[in-house]
Amino acid sequence: MAAYFTLFISAVVVNNYVLTRFLGLCIFFGVSKNLNASVGMGMAVTSVITMSSILAWVVYHFVLIPFNLTFLKTVVFVLLIASFVQLLETVIKKQAPALYNMWGIYLLLIATNCIVLAVPILNADSNFNFLQSVVNAIGSGLGFAMAIILMASLREKLRLADVPKPLEGLGVAFILAGMLALAFLGFSGMISI
Amino acid sequence: MNTVIMILVVMTVIGLIFGLVLAYVNKRFAMEANPLVELVEDVLPKGQCGGCGFAGCKAYAEAVVLDESVPPNLCVPGKAAVAEQVAKLTGKSAPPIEPRVAHVRCGGDCTKAVKNFEYEGIHDCVAANLLEGGPKACKYGCLGFGTCVKSCPFGAMAMGSNGLPIIDTDICTGCGTCVSACPKQVLGFRTVGAKVMVNCNSKDKGGAVRKACSVGCLGCGLCAKNCPNDAIKVENNLAVVDQSICASCSEATCLAKCPTGAIRAIVSGADLQQQSKNEAAANS
Repeated sequence: MAAYFTLFISAVVVNNYVLTRFLGLCIFFGVSKNLNASVGMGMAVTSVITMSSILAWVVYHFVLIPFNLTFLKTVVFVLLIASFVQLLETVIKKQAPALYNMWGIYLLLIATNCIVLAVPILNADSNFNFLQSVVNAIGSGLGFAMAIILMASLREKLRLADVPKPLEGLGVAFILAGMLALAFLGFSGMISI
Repeated sequence: MNTVIMILVVMTVIGLIFGLVLAYVNKRFAMEANPLVELVEDVLPKGQCGGCGFAGCKAYAEAVVLDESVPPNLCVPGKAAVAEQVAKLTGKSAPPIEPRVAHVRCGGDCTKAVKNFEYEGIHDCVAANLLEGGPKACKYGCLGFGTCVKSCPFGAMAMGSNGLPIIDTDICTGCGTCVSACPKQVLGFRTVGAKVMVNCNSKDKGGAVRKACSVGCLGCGLCAKNCPNDAIKVENNLAVVDQSICASCSEATCLAKCPTGAIRAIVSGADLQQQSKNEAAANS
C-alpha cells in the first residue's frame, strides 16, 4: 500500500510531468489563460490518461508481449489513444452535453498530446503491473491538472499587473512556468522509483 | 518474414477492432442535431456579449429553437432586424424591441470633479474602487480607468482625454456588457431618440454634491417643476427623465433651468468631438 502511495505522490509532485519532465507543454500554455478552461482541461487529461493507460496495459500485456511485438508499442498506443479520445467525444456529446461544452475542442487536442502518450509508454518501460499503471496514470493526470490550474490562476492575476512591454503575453508566461518549475525542483530527489 | 506477417495481422486486427467499436458507438450515440439552430446562429451578430441572458450566441440560438418559452427578440445588439429574422426562422412572434445605447451618467471630468487623493495603483476601475471607493470625492462618479472600454465587445467605447468614457452611439448595440462591468454603476441605458439625459449618478444631498463636483445633480427639483410635460421626477436626490414622455417635447426648458448643468441635451458623437475641439482651442 505504501509503495502505491509513494508512486502516486511521485507522479503528482516529485516527477510532475509538466514541470519536471516538460511534457504536455502546448496545452499547458495554450489553455492556461482562463481558470475555468484549465480546470476542464485538467479533468479531461486526467480521465483520458487513466482510461488509455488501462487500455494500453491490457493491449501491451495480452497482445504485444505474447506475440513478441513490444517494439510496436508507440504505433499501437497512438492508435489506441486516438480511437479512445474519439470514442469518449462521441459518448460525452450525447450523454453529457454540459461537460462536452465545457471541454470543447480541448478533448480532441488531447488525442495528439505527448503527455497522454508518455504515461502508457513509461508504464510499459517501467514494467508496472496493472494497479501500478493505474495509480501512476491518475497521479500524473492530477499532477498535470495541478500544474495547469496553478498556471491559470497566476496568469489571471497577471492580467492586472504592469508587465514590461516586450514580455507581455507568452513571454511572461514562460518566465512564470520557469519559476513554477524551480519551485517544483524543491521536491526533486525526495522519492526515487 | 514471420515477424512481418505477425505485425500485419496484429495491426490489422487492432485497427479493425477499434474501427468497428468506433462505428458502433457513432451509430449508437448519434446526435440528431436540429439544423435550425445553426441557421439561427448565423443570423445572430456573434458579439458573444451575453446581453440576451445566455452564455453566448450559440447558447441563445439553441434555447430559442428548442425552448418554446424563449422569445426571439432577446438579442439586443441585433435590434429589430435580427429579432424579425429569428422570429421568422423559429415561427414565433416577436414584439419589437426599443433600440437602446449605453449612456455615461457622470459629467465629472478631471476639471469638474474634486479628488480626495491621487491613485497610483493598478489601472483598473474595479481595483481603484476597492481603495476608499476611488480617488474622486464623489462616491458615485466615473473613476475613469476604462474598465468599461476594455469590456466592450464591439469596440464602441474610447476613453476621452477628460477622463470619461466616450460611447460611439453608431456602433453601440446596447448589449449592456459595460453596464455590468462598471463597479460604480455609472453606465446606464438610454433610448436612441432620447433628447435630454441627467449626466449624474449621485444620490447624495445637494450640499455634498456641490462640494464634490461642479456639474452634479443637486436634486433641487427645478427641472421637475419647470418641465411642461411632467417628464422629470426627483428620486433619491437625483433627477430622472422619463424618456417616453420627454421624446415628444420640443422646448427642453430643463436645460436652461438646471443650476449646475447636470441635465444635458444628447449630442451625436460628431458634435461631441467638435465640442471638445472647441474647448481645447478656447483653453489654449
